[in-house]
Amino acid sequence: MNALVTDSSMTSAEAETQVERELLLRVDNVSLSFGGVKAITDISFDIQKGEIRAIIGPNGAGKTSMLNVINGFYHPQEGTITWQGKVRRKMKPYEAASQGIARTFQNVALFKGMTTLDNIMSGRSLKMHKNFFWQLLWRGPAEQEEIEHRRKVEDIIDFLEIQAIRKTPVGRLPYGLQKRVELGRALAMEPELLLLDEPMAGMNLEEKEDMSRFILDVNQEFGTTIALIEHDMGVVMDLSDRVVVLDYGKKIADGPPEEVQANQAVIDAYLGVSH
Amino acid sequence: MVGSASASPRGDDTFPKILLRNAKVFGARTAFREKDFGIWQSWTWSEVCEEIRAFSIGLKSLGLGAGDKIAIVGANRPRLYWAMVAAQALGAVPVPVYADSVAEEMAYVLGHAEVRFAVVEDQEQVDKLLGVAEEVSSLTNIIYDEERGLRDYDHTHLHSYSGVQEKGRALLNENASLTGEWEQGFAGGKGEDIAVMLYTSGTTGRPKGVMLSFDNLVISARNGNTFDKLDETEEVLAYLPMAWIGDHVFSLAQAFTAGYCVNCPEGMDTIDVDRLEIAPTYFFAPPRVFENMLTQIMVRMEDAGKLKRRMFDYFMGVARKVGEKILNGEQVGAKDRLLYGLGELLVYGPLKNRMGLTRMKVGYTAGEAIGPEIFQFYRALGLNLKQLYGQTEASVYITLQPDGEIFGDTVGKPAPDVELKIADNGEVMYRSPGVFVGYFKNEEATEKTKTADGWVHTGDAGIIAENGHLKIIDRAKDVGKLNSGSLFAPKYIENKLKFFPNIKEAVAFGHERDMVGVFINIDLTAVGSWAERNNVNYASYQELAANPDVYAMIESHVDQVNRDLSQEPMMAGAQIKRFLILHKELDADDGELTRTQKVRRTFIAERYEPLIEALYDGSTEKHIRTEVTFEDGRKGAIEATVELRDMDLHDAGKGFQEAAE
Repeated sequence: MNALVTDSSMTSAEAETQVERELLLRVDNVSLSFGGVKAITDISFDIQKGEIRAIIGPNGAGKTSMLNVINGFYHPQEGTITWQGKVRRKMKPYEAASQGIARTFQNVALFKGMTTLDNIMSGRSLKMHKNFFWQLLWRGPAEQEEIEHRRKVEDIIDFLEIQAIRKTPVGRLPYGLQKRVELGRALAMEPELLLLDEPMAGMNLEEKEDMSRFILDVNQEFGTTIALIEHDMGVVMDLSDRVVVLDYGKKIADGPPEEVQANQAVIDAYLGVSH
Repeated sequence: MVGSASASPRGDDTFPKILLRNAKVFGARTAFREKDFGIWQSWTWSEVCEEIRAFSIGLKSLGLGAGDKIAIVGANRPRLYWAMVAAQALGAVPVPVYADSVAEEMAYVLGHAEVRFAVVEDQEQVDKLLGVAEEVSSLTNIIYDEERGLRDYDHTHLHSYSGVQEKGRALLNENASLTGEWEQGFAGGKGEDIAVMLYTSGTTGRPKGVMLSFDNLVISARNGNTFDKLDETEEVLAYLPMAWIGDHVFSLAQAFTAGYCVNCPEGMDTIDVDRLEIAPTYFFAPPRVFENMLTQIMVRMEDAGKLKRRMFDYFMGVARKVGEKILNGEQVGAKDRLLYGLGELLVYGPLKNRMGLTRMKVGYTAGEAIGPEIFQFYRALGLNLKQLYGQTEASVYITLQPDGEIFGDTVGKPAPDVELKIADNGEVMYRSPGVFVGYFKNEEATEKTKTADGWVHTGDAGIIAENGHLKIIDRAKDVGKLNSGSLFAPKYIENKLKFFPNIKEAVAFGHERDMVGVFINIDLTAVGSWAERNNVNYASYQELAANPDVYAMIESHVDQVNRDLSQEPMMAGAQIKRFLILHKELDADDGELTRTQKVRRTFIAERYEPLIEALYDGSTEKHIRTEVTFEDGRKGAIEATVELRDMDLHDAGKGFQEAAE
């Protein structure tokens, strides 16, 4: 809890400008190591409901590890994670998924041979409740259920403007569109918290602008809380409400974009300091 | 069911009245479809009537009244078409605007039209309109269809389409007599009332607002329906800009008068799939759409297996030989007929299905010239593709190719009720029931375009061939005369030359001169590959252009063009007397072409004045030095001695006809 106290002093400036929001997720003193390698050391921060939270830092700072900790893929050796008021220590990824945490990956991880539609549909599988028997029979309740889910998926297709590639196998799509499909699949889970791991890596300017628009729209239209890792500072500064900066597995700054941008420790971490 | 609607008497003269008629006669028939959420959603005529009524009454409660202008901005959507008729029911005039026009252009059109209301598609258009709202002081209310992203906007002057419609429905529920009052409101509407205002894209100067009356549109649409025997069973795909007269007539005027179904695609990039699913029976597309489809087929055939490719090549050969004849109903031998039937089964049928044209009864292309081989490809497949010539000012139809009378180089015969004549200066003029009322707030332009007795200047020069078909040769202002008095249409000659793959550009001179002289640019790719095959060595464009063999080749092309020209009475006097091959390629960087690769004739005439002199002083060669701009912006100069060649003229086929003075 001590970490949080120091935290609050750090973000006091922002407290005035920002509306008081409900806490969705809190990470307290989390440390993660692989054998002798310390990936994350004693990190604490929080994510408020409805905000866009960016996690930035130089290569190898532990950003992706942090996401993996949040969605239960890695289990930290120390520290606790509080998700919607409940403290949890260990959680399997599918538990995280069923509790409303969805993510996209740094390297697109779609089913390449399947169509856009099927890929996004796969994001709904956790929401399908008819048992194996009904699924096998399909006619009747299972069919009805599928129609309902298809409607949701079509909403997402419409939202992301990917109607033209609905029936195209994902492997044949350009990279920018694959990223969009992956976002679609994550949205299909109707997540509380959406984790985006470098959603704009390898995109051209136009694709980046589109993606930024979609992220903002997701946040505003669906009220989804978003945590994103991104290297494009322009994007981070424009999109995010608050930014947390990691370097060598440690947190070096936390606050609104303007403040972080001016922080000497952050500048040093990115540009390096002469010793 | 009731028979063809277009055959019904001319009682219903406005679209709101026709809507009521359709709801009564075709009540259960599908009127509109839109693909949404991956499914074709459809509305019957009686549902459409209800939707329009509710929206119209909603609009009225917002203060829209007779004479007000209402802008329609967005891609083809049923709701936007409905909004037009809903406005017309209140006596207001819809003004469809090109959705992709930039804010400045839109501000001009909206300001000029004095629009009070705007019905737009989505957030993008709302933003654009809000951006220009200050310049358009008349604009009071914006109504949007797609609600996404607009929740946090200030809604004092902003309304959602469904909100307005709900308001209308609520009013109707409160007061049952409102339906009757609404219908009474437009029962007195007359055919001569203004139905719509369409702004012409205006390649020169500011766009002009063309006012079309209900009579213009309804009569033209009925004539079009009768001409191609269209009835309530047709399916069309509405995918061309709503502000364009073509779409307005095909997707609204003709659809309402005939009672056929209009299908709105899911989005601009799903059109190919949507067309395949709908398989329209009546289809319109500019030439580039047909070009693209053909290219796609050819590319796929390249990748196909050997057997398929052979089959395709063989049966396309059969189709080219007899397909068009069969389509035109001419005599064809039994063996060819059998082969064509087999081809239909194996090749043509699947191809047509792939393109979504299986059910196409009539297809039109217009706007610009379509390549003859592309045109023939589709006709050979048995698709009834035709050309038409039209204008906004004419409510589209001026000339149409009747079934069975298809000539690649003409645009057809006058449409029903259209009178056609060629003015003294060669300009095509017409008079028809579709002739526009006038340009909005532009008396001067109206007088310039439309004579007191209703003839309209098209601005295009043309000739009427012996078979009664119209042939468009050039823009009227570009057409000149030789000193001998014969008509000189530079673009007509240039296009004939450019038809040869070896010729990339041509510039013809001759206005107020004794004869026609031409500059030619060879096509480096085509001529280069010829040179490779014939072991001709060259180091540059300049060297290849000066090669005697190349000259001989081009000379034979020019001779062929002269022979063609001699066959046309109007054109025979303007055969090419002398030509030269330019020592450099015409280039937009040097200002010789526009950025869209059109020749800038006057600029070229100034820049190459010595060469023009040489064309007309009889010399056989001329030395010239030309300054050029390289791609990195540096300047340099090219020097060359250019050879000039004389041509023999052919005797005019059917007597030499002088253009009247």
